Amino acid sequence: MKIADVSVPQLQRLLVADGVALRVGPFVTCLHSPIAGVAEGLHLVGAHHPLAKREEFVDFDIEIRPRLGLRPPFRRLAQLFVDGIAPFNPFPIGQSYAMFEWGLNWCIATRSDRFLLVHSAVVEKGGKALLLPAPPGSGKSTLCAALVCCGWRLLSDELAILRPDGLLAPIPRPVSLKNTSIDVIRHFEPSAVIGGTAHETIKGTVSYLRPPADSVDRQSEPAKPAFVVFPKYEAGSPLRFAPHSKARTLVFLAHNSFNYHVHGASGFELLADVLEHCECYDLRYGSLDDALRCVEALASAGARERGTT
Amino acid sequence: MSTASQPLLVAILREPSGALSLPNDGWALLIQQARSAQLLSRLAYLLEGTGDLQRVPAGPLHHLESSLVLARSHDRAVRWEVASIHDALRSAGIPTVLLKGAAYVMAELPTARGRWFSDIDIMVPRRALADAETTLRGAGWTGTHADDPYDQRFYREWMHEIPPMVHERRKTTLDVHHSIVPLTSRLEPDADKLFAAAVPLRGHPGLHVLSPPDMVLHSATHLFYEGDYHHGLRDLIDIDDLLRHFSAQDSRFWRVLVDRAFAMDLARPLFYALRYARRLLGTPLPGHVIAELRPARPNLLLLPLLDASFQRALLPDHPSCADVFTPVARWLLFLRGHYLRMPLRLLIPHLTRKAWRRVKGEEPH
Repeated sequence: MKIADVSVPQLQRLLVADGVALRVGPFVTCLHSPIAGVAEGLHLVGAHHPLAKREEFVDFDIEIRPRLGLRPPFRRLAQLFVDGIAPFNPFPIGQSYAMFEWGLNWCIATRSDRFLLVHSAVVEKGGKALLLPAPPGSGKSTLCAALVCCGWRLLSDELAILRPDGLLAPIPRPVSLKNTSIDVIRHFEPSAVIGGTAHETIKGTVSYLRPPADSVDRQSEPAKPAFVVFPKYEAGSPLRFAPHSKARTLVFLAHNSFNYHVHGASGFELLADVLEHCECYDLRYGSLDDALRCVEALASAGARERGTT
Repeated sequence: MSTASQPLLVAILREPSGALSLPNDGWALLIQQARSAQLLSRLAYLLEGTGDLQRVPAGPLHHLESSLVLARSHDRAVRWEVASIHDALRSAGIPTVLLKGAAYVMAELPTARGRWFSDIDIMVPRRALADAETTLRGAGWTGTHADDPYDQRFYREWMHEIPPMVHERRKTTLDVHHSIVPLTSRLEPDADKLFAAAVPLRGHPGLHVLSPPDMVLHSATHLFYEGDYHHGLRDLIDIDDLLRHFSAQDSRFWRVLVDRAFAMDLARPLFYALRYARRLLGTPLPGHVIAELRPARPNLLLLPLLDASFQRALLPDHPSCADVFTPVARWLLFLRGHYLRMPLRLLIPHLTRKAWRRVKGEEPH
């Protein structure tokens, strides 16, 4: 059964009563919340996600409870609890859905040291996964969203989960879009479903793009890393696409990993093995269409002439 | 009260194979309790030791294996930190005693397996403290609370350590002690005796760990004379492990431990440690030890209140292990910890000042 198979009121009743157990990649998350915005956001952008069976093992237990601010003007706030403990400060109640996504990412990122976790978007086409690691503000999520709208499979917009066997495990959560990129994607793909919006967060306005049904249906299917592309959006910039040193790529990924230091020598060896079989590029662009053409060409060229780079 | 008096985690730590018959919701609760008590990797090591780890279902196995990866990295990091500290202090000829977790790792004690670390604790003679601080600064550690004269005074005049030092590159925290209880404490163990009895660490000239009885006494004092019990169960497990290990190695251990406790003015903390280790973890104690420590027990009118408080506060800090009295118990023990650390004439102004700074937002809650 999927979330879309229940109505919003049903979903809200479930969230209040026993909680809603969602299967996300290798994990099961149980979410509890009486807040209407959580049910609405989940129903809209999480529609394709399967509900886990009652008796399944729950990895993360997340609850979002409303509360009042302690000081004037006594704003309506909410607080997120993981396993009954509140790891973060309260936040405006209107940001509850975004906080769920954020809290879930936090759970995965802090409790999965079996994997090497790198801050990166990951998409896949034709069995070849593309990593888009980049600092915030470089257009990583926008490019990831656009690629997903063009038929690439979404593995994650935030977190590359590298298993010890060198394959990437998908966690196809909704893609978070910030500020102007929300309209960019609305314009790029008018049929895209975008919701769960939170205003005035630390990152400005955040909205979520519903992942395609196919990406969610294939969430237990790992992918082999084939490309690492460092995107950099610069208004008005001409397209520049150039190879990026593998050694530098390794250092960048290590720096942008949540737990590289935990893995010691085996983390280095894993990254080195993976990058040995990857092509690495810099992509500077001023037009999303140019960037997409470039990445599509990369994927199809890769399909035709392996081993030329 | 049945769940609060014997949480699932405690039952499984005492009998690890019992985990294999748990249903999925039992596993989820066990993993949550173990994580909140910082005992997840310990649980994983126990299951590995009994050969049961690979029979754990995939869901909980993910968390146990992840915790093992983390524990191994903590072990590596501790050894690296100790080597760096040793390098710095050896050149200055300062005798150094490793305390707590770092000592358990370097002395290869069973309690080190799966232990997580937030800082490294060392002890140097008080006369060498200034030297040690200067030397460590030269090797990359910086003092914290540097721009706060009150905190400086708090540590340097009243406590048994200088303000924590943080390594400027690795961001690791180092606590440099000169004794095992605050200068203002009601207990008065003689730090010189600790140094005199310390055991050299093989392969690390100049580095020491406390002697077995002192190690137990320090662990007991740390747990029962401080006010923070959020990782109380883990600390109690350290004590249980140390007692089982040392008493198996040396038949005279119990005799030496009790004598040392009275000689060091630490019989009261040992009384608590043994009482609650036996009650919660079933630590085997010879009858004579209990009898001999009877003079060290607290006021009999107070003991039921302490029992009620400790038996709540020592459980994992997880909602499933709490009853309505748990917050009161933790609060009482917090106050007790402060009361034992310093006389009221110092404590009341200190807490007032802390509270005032918190209201003004200068201090985290």
